[in-house]
Amino acid sequence: MTRRERRRAEDERYRTWKGGYRPYDLVKEASVAFGVILALTVVLTILFSSPDEHPSTVRSWSRTDPVDFVTTAVSELDGTSTTAMYGPPYNHNGPGQHEAFIHLQKWLGVSHPINTVQDFVIAPLRSITGQPALQSAISSYQSASAKQQAAWTTAYSNALNKATVGPGDSVSIRAGNYGPLAPMMSSLLTLAQSGGLDGALLTSKQFYQTDYTKPLMLMADGGLLASRAQAEHLLGTQWGIMNETGSYPGQVWLWLYTFWYQIKPFSTSANADVLVMTVMAVLSLAFVLIPFLPGIRSIPRWIPIYKLIWRRHYRTAG
Amino acid sequence: MSVTQPPPAPSKSWTVWVRDRAVNALPPEKLLADKQPTYVASWIYVFGVLTLSSLAVIILSGSILALKGPAWWHFTGVGHFFNSVHLWSVELFFFFMVVHLWGKYWMAAWRGGRTQVWITGAVSFLIAVPCALTGYVSQQNFDAQWISTQAKDAMNSVGIGAFFNLMNFGQMYSYHILLLPVAVVALVVAHVLLVRKHGVVPPFELGESLAAARAGEPQAPTKSPPETDGPQAETDGPQGGQRTVIAPTNPEPGVPPGEKPS
Repeated sequence: MTRRERRRAEDERYRTWKGGYRPYDLVKEASVAFGVILALTVVLTILFSSPDEHPSTVRSWSRTDPVDFVTTAVSELDGTSTTAMYGPPYNHNGPGQHEAFIHLQKWLGVSHPINTVQDFVIAPLRSITGQPALQSAISSYQSASAKQQAAWTTAYSNALNKATVGPGDSVSIRAGNYGPLAPMMSSLLTLAQSGGLDGALLTSKQFYQTDYTKPLMLMADGGLLASRAQAEHLLGTQWGIMNETGSYPGQVWLWLYTFWYQIKPFSTSANADVLVMTVMAVLSLAFVLIPFLPGIRSIPRWIPIYKLIWRRHYRTAG
Repeated sequence: MSVTQPPPAPSKSWTVWVRDRAVNALPPEKLLADKQPTYVASWIYVFGVLTLSSLAVIILSGSILALKGPAWWHFTGVGHFFNSVHLWSVELFFFFMVVHLWGKYWMAAWRGGRTQVWITGAVSFLIAVPCALTGYVSQQNFDAQWISTQAKDAMNSVGIGAFFNLMNFGQMYSYHILLLPVAVVALVVAHVLLVRKHGVVPPFELGESLAAARAGEPQAPTKSPPETDGPQAETDGPQGGQRTVIAPTNPEPGVPPGEKPS
């Protein structure tokens, strides 16, 4: 008998157990297990409850850190924010990530279009009625040349570096040639602090709305979410989203996914996400196909933990 | 006077065909077994049923949360209680499932035509991960905001973000309470039925190298049983095949000479 035939014969013998059996109550075991787990979860709930950190809003952000909000708004206007330069699926302003010649992010296209100038600044300001000076300022900005717009936003951004928070959570900056930006940003800040920008960013063609892409993208461009995340040890450098707010266990099962972001080349690559996803896809496929992978499938034979698992069986059989 | 009835013609009923296939694959004594092999005697076997029980608590607590709507648990003590039960049952589910998977790996539980059992279990784990992720981004709190804005980049990088938007609460909620749970439960049901059909994988045979030596064949390098050729194609033929009873003259202490005779 060849080695292969012996292997097949052995595997064939594993199909059906022809040794001894003992009584077993499947339904009783399942019922007891369910009762134990239900009791355990209730005990854990009573002892530890669960975290529920209130969400940030554009309103709370603009009140907590008005300078950061205005700085972010200017970056949306001059196209330098993360969202403005992101690329697909939000716009065409960035190439997106790719793996060799495979550009899935680009190929799938812009499915959730975001024009940061219009969606985050101009349209919300246009929705403010009864302020002809503001509307005139917006028109003035829009009719200016790109070079002039860039000069205004650059000057305003530089001034924001030394801005202070004034009365009523306003932003005070030194005098300068900012064109119509000062009244525009002042009005946008007021709109945000009143909660109006939260609503404006959810406005769509229909009454019902569940898509929070725009307000979340705007807030993610700012610093509030990141500062809260840092305090809650949720940053990518802190093993990110596998953690939970507070001291609760989070998505611990994502540890391997998060692990790759901590080491090179992933931690320094501009294509880190697609590289990590590719690695995890390969590992996931390998995990599913372990029974077919030479070497990997044989490790349980080489490291005989099975002798511990079936020690009673072997002791009895021996 | 007796009348001899002719034997019934083979039925062309689809229903009968499905029923016959189902009963042949899983007769009642297999589906709801009242006995189990003697080798099933280790704490590691408990983690499968604990995983199933955790899944049941997840579905139960999640159904209560779904009945009251996604905002209920933020503002009421009872709602927060059930949300906490949901959270802890998820944590237990993954913990038990990972231990169960490791246990089955070290048993090489795919042996003897059980590859489908392994594959359905592994895919269940992989589908459970996005099922949990969609739950985390449906929480409507800061955690959901941060996770959705961070995890979107991975989704976008491979094009998934074009049709799976973590920042679209309505879409994520639908995935979390319907589409992905249905997939997980379907896979788990298939997994359990396959376990009932094939039975729990028997222990490795020991002493194979001694038998090979007696037969004049090359010996395996260690006392562990030799490597098999992996999973074999399942057949509907008689199970068990030829049985090799190995009886070395001088077995080592504690190492049984072969599989326990019937």
